[in-house]
Amino acid sequence: MAKELLKGNIAIAEAALRAGVDAYFGYPITPQTELLEHMSRRMPELGRVFLQAESEIAAINMVYGAACTGAWAMTSSSGPGISLMQEGLSYIALSNVPAVVVDIMRGGPGLGNIQPSQADYNQLTRGGGHGDYRCIVLAPATVQEAIDLTVLAFDLADKYRAVAIVAGDGLIGQMMEPAELPPMRQRPRTRPPWALTGARGRLPNSIAAFSIEAETLEAMNWQLQAKLQRIREHEVRYEAWLTDDADILVVAFGSVGRIVKTAVREARAHGVHAGLIRPITLWPFPHAPIEQAAARVKAVLVVEMNAGQMVDDVRMAVCGQAPVHFYGRPGGSIPVPEEILERIMTLSREG
Amino acid sequence: MEEGIAVATFQEQKVYSRPRALIEETTSYCPGCTHGLINKLIAEVIDELGIQENTISVSPVGCSVFFYRYLVLDGVVAPHGRAPAVATGIKRMLPDRVVITYQGDGDMAAIGMSEIVWTAMRGENITAFFVNNANYGMTGGQMAPTTLAGQVTTTSPQGRDVETMGMPTRMAEMIAGLPGSAYVARCAMYDARTIREARNAIRLALRAQMAGAGFTMVEFLSTCPTNWGLSPQDALHWIKETMVAYYPLGEFKVSEMVQRLKAQR
Repeated sequence: MAKELLKGNIAIAEAALRAGVDAYFGYPITPQTELLEHMSRRMPELGRVFLQAESEIAAINMVYGAACTGAWAMTSSSGPGISLMQEGLSYIALSNVPAVVVDIMRGGPGLGNIQPSQADYNQLTRGGGHGDYRCIVLAPATVQEAIDLTVLAFDLADKYRAVAIVAGDGLIGQMMEPAELPPMRQRPRTRPPWALTGARGRLPNSIAAFSIEAETLEAMNWQLQAKLQRIREHEVRYEAWLTDDADILVVAFGSVGRIVKTAVREARAHGVHAGLIRPITLWPFPHAPIEQAAARVKAVLVVEMNAGQMVDDVRMAVCGQAPVHFYGRPGGSIPVPEEILERIMTLSREG
Repeated sequence: MEEGIAVATFQEQKVYSRPRALIEETTSYCPGCTHGLINKLIAEVIDELGIQENTISVSPVGCSVFFYRYLVLDGVVAPHGRAPAVATGIKRMLPDRVVITYQGDGDMAAIGMSEIVWTAMRGENITAFFVNNANYGMTGGQMAPTTLAGQVTTTSPQGRDVETMGMPTRMAEMIAGLPGSAYVARCAMYDARTIREARNAIRLALRAQMAGAGFTMVEFLSTCPTNWGLSPQDALHWIKETMVAYYPLGEFKVSEMVQRLKAQR
């Protein structure tokens, strides 16, 4: 496949189609609406299910129902809609059915605005709804990576029977850049043995995020935790760039990670040894590589498009080995490389 | 045969048994509660139509949450009120399966009002069974959308004040008024006749779904002796004398297609 000029939202939608999504349920919200629109045209073309729901609450529950039949189902939204989906995500998590969610983050809290933001970090990486669970969270920095991580999201959701979230932001969703789409995957349409299909020739299957007995619910919880532990052990992804000789370690994710690269390059031009760790999986979080890199640096700088959320995870990973500083722009403002460079240079002088 | 003694020979014939689609287990329903009866009627009709291996149930939150276990069917427990949306997801993936929801009045008429209305609006080809017992049973008898005017509950200790809480919600009439619904009926569970009528309504609703008629719903006026503070016998009387006066029984929507099915019997 050749590179083509693609808008992030449409690239994600097309990647989902090619990965093999069977059903899409969604509701309009800026800055992800093009994804829904693209699906409304392409899914029927391919003989698959598209349904515009009456709310994000209904959309995630339609995903739940479709996933219960063993189908690959997805939805997409932005912060306010993702908040409404938390109830459904909590049920899906304990039900152990696969689902993919795309969050194209916008400024918050509340209605916030429609500019790019990373303020859903805590909601996405902590589970978001009630009870003990986590979702796999993948954060792309480019349109190409958004495509690749969307395909990965389906594979991980299917492998672990878990929720996988592609966490982009308004920048990723709205910008156009050259990227290459994968070929259309021919996925066998078989129903897994746990799926609800009508109990023909077998005992009935039940799917319930529920047990009235404490012992049973505890066992279900420990089973879920064991699965999450396997994900922690096998699915951590990150990019480490110029960290070997770094004095200043910058940690940033998504499109901010990309902006930071320019600042790191500039800092090096000024003789300051800066480096970047960009978590690609926000959950499971790359604690170990950050912990190891922090042992060698004078200071750590965390940059986010929010008021400071991932910085808590970085502090835990650094574990007091170096001072951890934060620079953030909440409310839909995008930091430019010069602002970040200034922080790096200041830390270098003070260090 | 002994001389001079006539011995009658009896051919034993089983005339009644537990439906195959109903689990052989004591339910958690209170004595005198008609949930169990409604479960049984649905199971009987599923047996009769031969669709046990082709039906998927969606259970709600509330007393009826155990529907997914009591009915021997593939089933899922939906979040409170969301059963119609979950059922929509299932039905869109498996259009040739029979998909049913079983919901109480708090579940459907309060927290799940949006989901039920929009599922009916879309003419989603599923069947919703709606159990109206005029209160939230599982949580101990709070005021529901269906609680009658003046009815005392744990959250309307002076009786439901319609000046501040509005009038009780008539779901069957509301859903019947939506263009997507194909069959909507309200039944009651207080005597042999009304129970037989309820069974017929369940049967017609499921046949309609199997024929692809669109959204179907059967509402049941059901007892809750524990929370009503009545004996099982008095609870049946309360449905007959008090509930039916506000919630009239009958068919509120019968689409042309369903009329034809009905004529076929």
